[in-house]
Amino acid sequence: MSKPKLAVYWAASCGGCDIAILDIETKILEVADFFDVVFWPCAMDVKYDDVRAMEDNSITLTLFNGAIRTSENYELAQLLRQKSVVLVAFGSCASEGCIPALANLYDKESILDYVYSQSPSLAGGNGLRPQTSVEVEEGTITIPEFWNTVRTLPQVVDVDYIVPGCPPQSNQIAAVIDAVVDILKNGKPLPPKGTVLGATEKTCCDECERKKDVKKIKSFKRPFQQVTDPDICLMEQGLVCLGPATRAGCGAKCVSAGIPCRGCYGLPSNVRDQGAKMVSALASVIDSSDPGEIAAIISRIPDPTGTFYRFSLADSMLRRTHR
Amino acid sequence: MSGEAKSESKFEPKIIGFLCNWCSYTGADLAGTARLQYPPNMMAIRVMCSGRVDPGFILDAFSKGADGVLVCGCHPGDCHYIEGNYKCMRRMPLTQKIVADFGIDPKRVRLEWVSASEGARFQEVVTEFTEQIRALGPLQLRDYKFEPEAREVHHVEA
Repeated sequence: MSKPKLAVYWAASCGGCDIAILDIETKILEVADFFDVVFWPCAMDVKYDDVRAMEDNSITLTLFNGAIRTSENYELAQLLRQKSVVLVAFGSCASEGCIPALANLYDKESILDYVYSQSPSLAGGNGLRPQTSVEVEEGTITIPEFWNTVRTLPQVVDVDYIVPGCPPQSNQIAAVIDAVVDILKNGKPLPPKGTVLGATEKTCCDECERKKDVKKIKSFKRPFQQVTDPDICLMEQGLVCLGPATRAGCGAKCVSAGIPCRGCYGLPSNVRDQGAKMVSALASVIDSSDPGEIAAIISRIPDPTGTFYRFSLADSMLRRTHR
Repeated sequence: MSGEAKSESKFEPKIIGFLCNWCSYTGADLAGTARLQYPPNMMAIRVMCSGRVDPGFILDAFSKGADGVLVCGCHPGDCHYIEGNYKCMRRMPLTQKIVADFGIDPKRVRLEWVSASEGARFQEVVTEFTEQIRALGPLQLRDYKFEPEAREVHHVEA
């Protein structure tokens, strides 16, 4: 019997998800042994035309990381959807936009203007902008179109499962692979479509071992402004910790090391907008009933939108700026 | 979605009002019983407390076509649940800041205190807020929905 086929693709991403897959150590040998890896741009040379030539539904499992930022990302999302039985939005970029989606606070024009004209590292800028196609002697050369809005993978194609995290933790990836092998080898039933794999239903606070008490915040601080107590909830110490609005699954690694949760595991179950949930959690514990004082305390939070939506802007209710 | 269907000349704002059960909803009821007239643009949603209004409700309303969101609760010190309205009061400036970052005028979100006996005040608040939203015009959500057919998709060589 031929081996099940595996594909891994990166769209608008940093490559960290591919590294995280390799980070499962010796288990990667099991993956290579069990699967026939047919497409993985980060690790092997396969052309897009080779994928186009594959039969529909011939790839058993595709782990798609990266957000949809360009027409190339979209074309590959459609192509891999067509060729795959199971398509997984792998990592924060594919499932909720992640860092690339912070660009949704701007528009295409202002981004291109900054990069090609305003950036301090440019010597003046000559007003040139990337063109999607150009005629040369040998024919037409094209590059993908840069979109105005970063989309998540589930916003553009039908997705079967989601593995959250920036990047997904290696132990969780290993557990997901074990589950997939179990399904394929032993005929275990597939989990219901849309299931979030490699994470739990609860929040990061649930995994955090710090002592939690009544939260009353008089002023917000940044991590470098104080020496944090190693045993007490970071939010109670005035740090903006996204634990209450973030899915558990990472093992609370950052908070154990004294760094507030940044929210990379995305929304917990039953939450539709991570940033709004964070506003709710954080503002409610401000220890003041005076509008002036409340405004002053809130002004100490640097860039609330960028902080609360650091990983989930494209997937948020408002998705982008509407200026 | 907002915008397209509405013409500028006949723009009628769509306003969602979250009214707390104990004060503001009763205040609205009083305005009705007293036959006080106010614009019909606000659709009231009764909540048990202004503290129940998750900022997500407000963003959800905008994403689904509201032009303005009004939250009304008991006056500070009068909350049926002691401090729900204070929680609402603390969330509002941060919510407005986020709304502004998403390119939506923060004046489209308003928090007002209306007690059960303030039917006239309810009339005043709704009238004034409706006129304010009317002046701001319809909320246009830009490039919100994914419309692949509207895009020129280039064939990628690789």
